[in-house]
Amino acid sequence: MDERDSVGVSIRSISKRYGSTEALKDITLNIEPGEFMSLLGPSGSGKTTLLGALGGFVMPSSGSVWVGDQDMTYMPPHKRNIGIVFQSYALFPHMSVGENVAFPLRARRLPKSTWPERVKQALAMVELDGYQDRGVSQLSGGQRQRVALARAIVFEPRLILMDEPLSALDKQLRETMQIELRRLHRKLGATVVYVTHDQREALTMSDRVAILKDGELVQIGAPETLHNNPKDSFVASFIGDSTLLPVTRIDEHTVQLGTHTLRSAKPIAPHAELLLAIQTEKLLIDDGLHEPGINRLPCRVVEAVYQGDSLRLFLELEDGTSISMRQPSHHTALQKIPPLGERLSVVLHPEDTIIVPRAGCAPPATNVA
Amino acid sequence: MKATAINNNYPHVSHRDASLGYRRREHVLMLLLMSPAVLVVFVLLLIPLGWLIGQSFYADGFSLEHYQRIFTEGIYWNTFWVTFRISFIVTLLALLMGYPIAYAASILPRRWSMLVLALVILPFWTSVLVRAYAWLILLQRSGVVNESLLGVGLIDAPLALVHNELGTIIATVHILLPFMVLPLYATMQKIPSDLIQAGASLGGTPLHVFMRVFFPLSLSGVLAGMTLVFVLCLGFYITPELVGGGRTVMASMLVSRNIQLYSDWGAASAVSVVLLICVLAIFYVVSRLVPLEKILGAK
Repeated sequence: MDERDSVGVSIRSISKRYGSTEALKDITLNIEPGEFMSLLGPSGSGKTTLLGALGGFVMPSSGSVWVGDQDMTYMPPHKRNIGIVFQSYALFPHMSVGENVAFPLRARRLPKSTWPERVKQALAMVELDGYQDRGVSQLSGGQRQRVALARAIVFEPRLILMDEPLSALDKQLRETMQIELRRLHRKLGATVVYVTHDQREALTMSDRVAILKDGELVQIGAPETLHNNPKDSFVASFIGDSTLLPVTRIDEHTVQLGTHTLRSAKPIAPHAELLLAIQTEKLLIDDGLHEPGINRLPCRVVEAVYQGDSLRLFLELEDGTSISMRQPSHHTALQKIPPLGERLSVVLHPEDTIIVPRAGCAPPATNVA
Repeated sequence: MKATAINNNYPHVSHRDASLGYRRREHVLMLLLMSPAVLVVFVLLLIPLGWLIGQSFYADGFSLEHYQRIFTEGIYWNTFWVTFRISFIVTLLALLMGYPIAYAASILPRRWSMLVLALVILPFWTSVLVRAYAWLILLQRSGVVNESLLGVGLIDAPLALVHNELGTIIATVHILLPFMVLPLYATMQKIPSDLIQAGASLGGTPLHVFMRVFFPLSLSGVLAGMTLVFVLCLGFYITPELVGGGRTVMASMLVSRNIQLYSDWGAASAVSVVLLICVLAIFYVVSRLVPLEKILGAK
C-alpha cells in the first residue's frame, strides 16, 4: 500500500450526550491522509468515545464523521473498513492465531485460497510468521498485541484506530512496540488514530497530538508545539514534567514571580491568572558562564534523588516556593551539584520561560479593572 | 518466585515448620467447623443411598432379581426409552426457547435484562403442582388453548394436548426452562463485548459475528443447560404424572408404582439405582468436556 491509498478523516462538530453528561462537546478535528494522530487525555476526557464514533460503536448526538469523501456517521461498523486494535486485544479465544487473522478475510468472503498468503504477510509484518497454528492462550502479552495488529491490517484498511494498545505491556516492551508501531505506520502508509493517556507515548509516536479534557478539544499540534507552546496550564501540566507557579504580568515580555522578575521571549497576553510552567529539564545550574539576559533564580537544595539516567533536584526559592529540576547523570553535571542545604542559583532561558493562562479561567476582556 | 526457590533450597528453615504447624491446626479447626454439615450429608444422603442400593439387591437374601427384571422385561425397556425420548425432546425445546431468552437478557441494558430474567424465574417460585394443574386446565379439550384455536378457525376439532406425551413435554419444558436460561445467561454475559465489536470492526455482519464468535463462545453454557435440563427431566415425577394422565409412563413413575401398587421396595430401588447410574454417566461424559463447576453454576 502506498501513501495515495490512505485517507483523511474529518470530524465535524461532534457532540455526544449520555443522559445529562456530555462525553463530547462540539469537537472538530481534521486528520490528514497518512497522518499518525494521537488523542491524548486523562481518563474520562472523551478520547475513547471519540474513537468509538470513528469505529461506529458510538452514535454521535450531533455532528458528522467523514472518512475520505464519505459520510460515515451512521454507517454500521462492519461496513466501515477500518482496522481497530482494542485495548484488550479482543482476540477470539476459540480460534488459532491464523484463524484470528483470517477472520476479516472470511467475513469479506474472499476466496479461501488467498487466505494463507495474506495471513502470512500480515503476520510477517509483525514478525510472527509461523505462529499460525498457535492458540491465543499460548501467546505472551506482546505477541497477542502483535496478532491483534496483524488482524487489523490484513484487510488493508485505509484507516487504523488503536485504543491504548500498549497499556497492558511492561515498560520495556511498550517502548519497543512504540518504535515498531511507528515503523509499521510508515510501511503501511495508512492513517492512524491512536488513543492514549500516556503523554510520552503520544509525543514519541505522533505526527500530531490532540489533547482532550472533559469532552473538549483543548489543543492540537505537533509534539514540539505542544511542549514548547502549551495553550494553557492544563496542557502545560499534562505534557512533560512541569511545575506551575503563579506569576503576575508586568509587560508583554516580563512577569513577576515572588520578588523576581522573569523575561519571556514569547509575548504574554494579559490574563487574570497567569502561571509560569517550568519544565524540569529546562532549568540549569548557574555556573556563571550564562549570558546576562538569562533569568536567574536563587534557591536552596532541599533534596536530591538519583534516578539512574538523571538526577532530580528539589529546590526551594527564597520565598519558600518549591520547584524541581532534572540534571543528566554524567560526571561533569554531577560535579556541579552542591550538597543539600547549599544556596545556589538556577537559570531559565527566556525562550524556555513559558507563561500560560490558568485552564478554564475567565478570558482577559472581562478583567478590564 | 524467588522466595519459594530459597525455601526449597533450605527446607530446614524454622519459620517454615512453624507455618506448617499453624496450617495443620487450621485444617483441624476447619474440619471441626464443617463436621455438622458433613454429619448432615452423611446421615441424610449417604446412609439412605447405601440403604437404597442395598434394597435393590435384596429379595429374601442377596439377589439380582430386580435388575434381571429391568433388563429383560419389555415394560421397563419401554419406560426407559420413553423417559430418554421425552427428556431429549424437552431438552431440545428448552434450548430452542431458552437460547433467545438468554441472548436477549445478555445484550439488553441491565434493567431490562433483570426484567427478562425475573419473568423466567418468577414461575419457578410457584409450586410445581400448581403449575401442572394450570397446564391441565389450559390444555384440556375445552381449555383456553383449544377454544382459541377453534375460535380462530385453525382447527375443526379440539386437539389432544394433555393426558399424553405432548402434554408432558409442554408442561415439563415450561418448568425446566429456567435451568436452561440461567447457565446460558451466565455464560453469555461473560463473553466480552469487545469481541463482538472487534468482529464487527473486522467486517463481520451481525449474523457472521454471531455464528463465528458469539455462538461458539456460548457453547459451554449450551452444554451446561442441556445437561441440567436432561438430567432433571430423567427423574421428573409430578408433572408427567399429572399432565401425562398415567398413559405416558416415565422412569420415576415406575418407582412410585412399584411401591404404591406392589409395595415392592426392592424393584423400586433397582429402578432408582439404574436412573442414578444414567445420571452419573451423563455427568461424567459432560465433565470431560466442560468443568463440572460450570454446569452447576459455581463459576
